[in-house]
Amino acid sequence: MMEKVASYPDSLTEKKFHYCPGCTHGIVHRLVAEIMDEMGIKEETIGVAPVGCSVLAYDYFDCDMHEASHGRAPAVATGIKRVHPDKMVFTYQGDGDLASIGTAEIVHAANRGENITTVFINNAIYGMTGGQMAPTTLEGQKTTTSPYGRNLKEAGNPIRMTEMLSVLDGPAFIARVSVHDPKHIRQAKKALRKAFRLQKEGKGFTMIEVLSTCPTNWGIKPQESLEWLEEYMMPVYPLDVYKDIEEVE
Amino acid sequence: MAEVKDKTEVQNKKMVVDEERCKGCGLCVNVCPVEIIENAEDRINQNGYHPAEIKPENQDKCTSCTQCYQICPDVCITVYKE
Ligand code: SF4
Ligand code: SF4
Repeated sequence: MMEKVASYPDSLTEKKFHYCPGCTHGIVHRLVAEIMDEMGIKEETIGVAPVGCSVLAYDYFDCDMHEASHGRAPAVATGIKRVHPDKMVFTYQGDGDLASIGTAEIVHAANRGENITTVFINNAIYGMTGGQMAPTTLEGQKTTTSPYGRNLKEAGNPIRMTEMLSVLDGPAFIARVSVHDPKHIRQAKKALRKAFRLQKEGKGFTMIEVLSTCPTNWGIKPQESLEWLEEYMMPVYPLDVYKDIEEVE
Repeated sequence: MAEVKDKTEVQNKKMVVDEERCKGCGLCVNVCPVEIIENAEDRINQNGYHPAEIKPENQDKCTSCTQCYQICPDVCITVYKE
């Protein structure tokens, strides 16, 4: 008799993802869905989808979902959580959404310590609009709007949202994780699980930044993208827990 | 989904791919420690991708480690253990 040890989570709808082959968005969707399954919170969770590649996330998570205008997911989530403090509320946002047009919203939601969880996908590029330079693009990284590579003098430095937000007093838990191999995927899940648990306990704002790939707009194959992430992104965006209220309590 | 799983359970496979969800990205092929996953060369799915598979003669070698499930971005894989 065969026993099932890993299978499609309940908290995902059966809709096929529209993401490109090898795009790690799907891994993060699965992790969030598995956490909803494990915590038994699917029926009490409200997700807020962004603008960007994951704009259709509302089709994939089998909980209640809301769509926000570009960058405004933390503000929308704030409203939802304040009206329904007993619900679990998360935002799912990319780097173009969170670190560029939505910088104000995320900073102030974090600073207010809103009791929501933000899943922040950092793949160092704008995906949906065709591979333009993002605030998170690495120095020298070629994109459609930085064809000679990002020039720091002109475009500034890659922005580290996790480090920035972790100096605020509001957040309860902020960590950066990666999903480029099974070991890191397990660690990413652990961090996400903790973020959701702290929200459940009413501890305040939690955010997990997930280093992700974009094979299509990076212009390399899926496997090479995982390697590129490890080699080039991780030194600029070190993995760590940057804020944890449980450590100081 | 349910249909696919039930059918394959009968065949006693340890690793089952939902072929219509698969995008042939090959990440599972690279991650498998016993190197038994391949992208089927003899067929494509409705979206034109070569689905991942384990040849029948290699099914026994699967250790049910779930690494392919972990890395699959399209959540196509179900893993069973004996
Ligand atoms: S469960 Fe492990 S051994 Fe089996 S096919 Fe998947 S990666 Fe290979
Ligand atoms: S990782 Fe998933 S989508 Fe990619 S080839 Fe394997 S089964 Fe198909």
